[in-house]
Amino acid sequence: MKHILAVIVENKPGVLTRVSGLFSRRGFNIENIAVGETITPGISRMTITVDGSETLIEQVAKQLHKLINVIKVSNLSNEPSVMRELMLIKVNAATGSRSDIQQIVETFRGKVVDVSPDSMIIEVTGNDEKLEAIKLLLYHFGIKEIVRTGKVALLRGSKITRES
Amino acid sequence: MKQKMTRGSAMILSALEKEGVEIIFGFPGGAVLPLYNQLYDASIRHLLVRHEQAAVHAADGYARVSGRPGVVFATSGPGATNLVTGIANAYMDSVPLVLITGQVASAFIGTDAFQEADITGITLPVTKHNYLVKNIEDLPTILAEAFYIASTGRRGPVLIDIPKDVFDQEALFSYNKKCDIPGYKPTYEGHAGQISRAVKAIRDARHPVIFGGGGLIRSGASEALRELAEIARIPVILSLMGLGAYPGDGELYLGMPGMHGSVTANYALTEADLIIAAGVRFDDRVTGKLESFANKAKIIHIDIDPAEIGKNVIIDIPIVGDVRLVLEEILKKLRPGNTAKWLKQIESWQKQYPMPLGSNNAENVLKPQFVIRELSRLSGENTILATDVGQHQMWSAQHFIIREPQTFITSGGLGTMGYGFPAAIGAKLAAPDKKVICITGDGSFQMNIQELATAVYNKIDLTIALINNRYLGMVRQWQDIFYEKRYSHTSMEGNPDFVRVAEAYGAKGLRASNEQEATAAIEQAMAEKGPVLIDFSVDPEENVYPMVAPNRPINEIIVRGD
Repeated sequence: MKHILAVIVENKPGVLTRVSGLFSRRGFNIENIAVGETITPGISRMTITVDGSETLIEQVAKQLHKLINVIKVSNLSNEPSVMRELMLIKVNAATGSRSDIQQIVETFRGKVVDVSPDSMIIEVTGNDEKLEAIKLLLYHFGIKEIVRTGKVALLRGSKITRES
Repeated sequence: MKQKMTRGSAMILSALEKEGVEIIFGFPGGAVLPLYNQLYDASIRHLLVRHEQAAVHAADGYARVSGRPGVVFATSGPGATNLVTGIANAYMDSVPLVLITGQVASAFIGTDAFQEADITGITLPVTKHNYLVKNIEDLPTILAEAFYIASTGRRGPVLIDIPKDVFDQEALFSYNKKCDIPGYKPTYEGHAGQISRAVKAIRDARHPVIFGGGGLIRSGASEALRELAEIARIPVILSLMGLGAYPGDGELYLGMPGMHGSVTANYALTEADLIIAAGVRFDDRVTGKLESFANKAKIIHIDIDPAEIGKNVIIDIPIVGDVRLVLEEILKKLRPGNTAKWLKQIESWQKQYPMPLGSNNAENVLKPQFVIRELSRLSGENTILATDVGQHQMWSAQHFIIREPQTFITSGGLGTMGYGFPAAIGAKLAAPDKKVICITGDGSFQMNIQELATAVYNKIDLTIALINNRYLGMVRQWQDIFYEKRYSHTSMEGNPDFVRVAEAYGAKGLRASNEQEATAAIEQAMAEKGPVLIDFSVDPEENVYPMVAPNRPINEIIVRGD
């Protein structure tokens, strides 16, 4: 099962290396990772997606917690949460196919963010399923390039993941 | 708080003084010239080793005996990389160290400058934490944090890498030992509910055993352990790291478990209905095949590191906390136990399977087990034993009677050949009033033999008992048992005459190749001021038994080889 961990860290040099190094040397697989600042100065939040059993995730969380710069680790998969990822897709878009592409983008509430004579860049946000679906639909136009931010997630409701 | 402008190198020595550091183990070089220049006028003692690795091992031995962090200085590049084995060794065995390395000057970092190595990157997986000091203003806090992190919670090595120019920069200095690190709050007190569950489990158990490890020694839990065992009448098994936490000649002591443990300890773990695991981490050398480890037992696991609980073995009653504090809480609620029937079963195993004294393959051959028993008998109770790694280490664990905590110094987790001799030097410096013996092998000793110079020059009074079998014995044993005696590159042909080597360094050297000579040599060495080396020429093909083959159930123990 896939788990999403919210890891609150002190924004110190090398903290990303410490976290990612821990995953590789303990044989845990990071599916993806997204890092950014929080509302508290000096504190960053990593959202890490890991695939594994409950036991493995518990061990991952405990090992992460041992890192001095890690302040808090929460498993968001255990509770209702909102999860999003942003994807940019550069797709072949000759004059004849543009309106078809446009329609798909609208259906997925995406945006066309760049147009050139033979290609477009589309921005789309959503969960895994949605991103995979639009990818599939755009596939036959010829996808030239894809980039994804990695997932980020927040607990639903007023509950928060504390930053200290 | 008064603050004044202070240079980086002065801040370091001032911090060491405030931390009560008595001795630094080190080796100078280009990037630490400013630090060593400061040290020239300082009152703190510095032990100059002959190889940086020995500095870490010596600091490690010092820390294990004194319970206080060992301090190491080394230069950038090769000086720092030479520390890595020693750091990994300390990390595996949770030994508190503070290591200060010089780095190339700030402006040169990242340019592949002369003697540059990314030591914080290299040691990331083997330190509890590490720092690269980029601003002199950060140095006071970093120094305090390093000592705090190294010596609290589950202890471990902390490295501070300091660019050469930072040693000479100045900033306001005040030293505050109290640290507030948001991501570091070790748990010391055990959860009351879990403690009650543990007490109930102990009360209900019919076949309980205590399985204790290094955590008992680090937390000073020996007294509590002894009370627990004696009040509830529970037999005690100690891991290699735990030896000394309960007296090796104690009434309820069953020996070490696992690969080269006692038959009784392995049978007891297999048949137990309750294991009280205290400060252990269920290493593969202990558990054997995990699926069949202690299948009949409920397990209480007490450890300060939550990540150790449930890592290898499924735990019924986890208790995160300081082992001593938790045991003391359990003691408050403990009732006398009656395990007479179980102890009787154990006694019959003990009678049936005594520790083997060696094979009877030849007349008049000196057996390593005999040598170690004699060392144990003749050294007296006030002795610290440091070992290297290999067969002699296992024989020491089996045959040398360790009575007190912090008197058995060995490389447990990493299994570092070359550890024992420098660690013995550190041990002696931590406990000058105790007799120190280093039991080593001809393979291990040659990995840090250069420290004879350090020992002789500094008049370190210790005995080096070299169990010389002209082989890398433990590897040869595995080749014997698992690889059809194909002794690939395990012969130590080319060994020097160790007695003459010792003499060349100015140490006393003795030889023994039979039992009479061995006893006489040990008696002489015990009476003399060291360093003394005794070269015991022992049976080259003696194997360590009992033995559990790797990844086999621990009750499938081979009692002896012949």
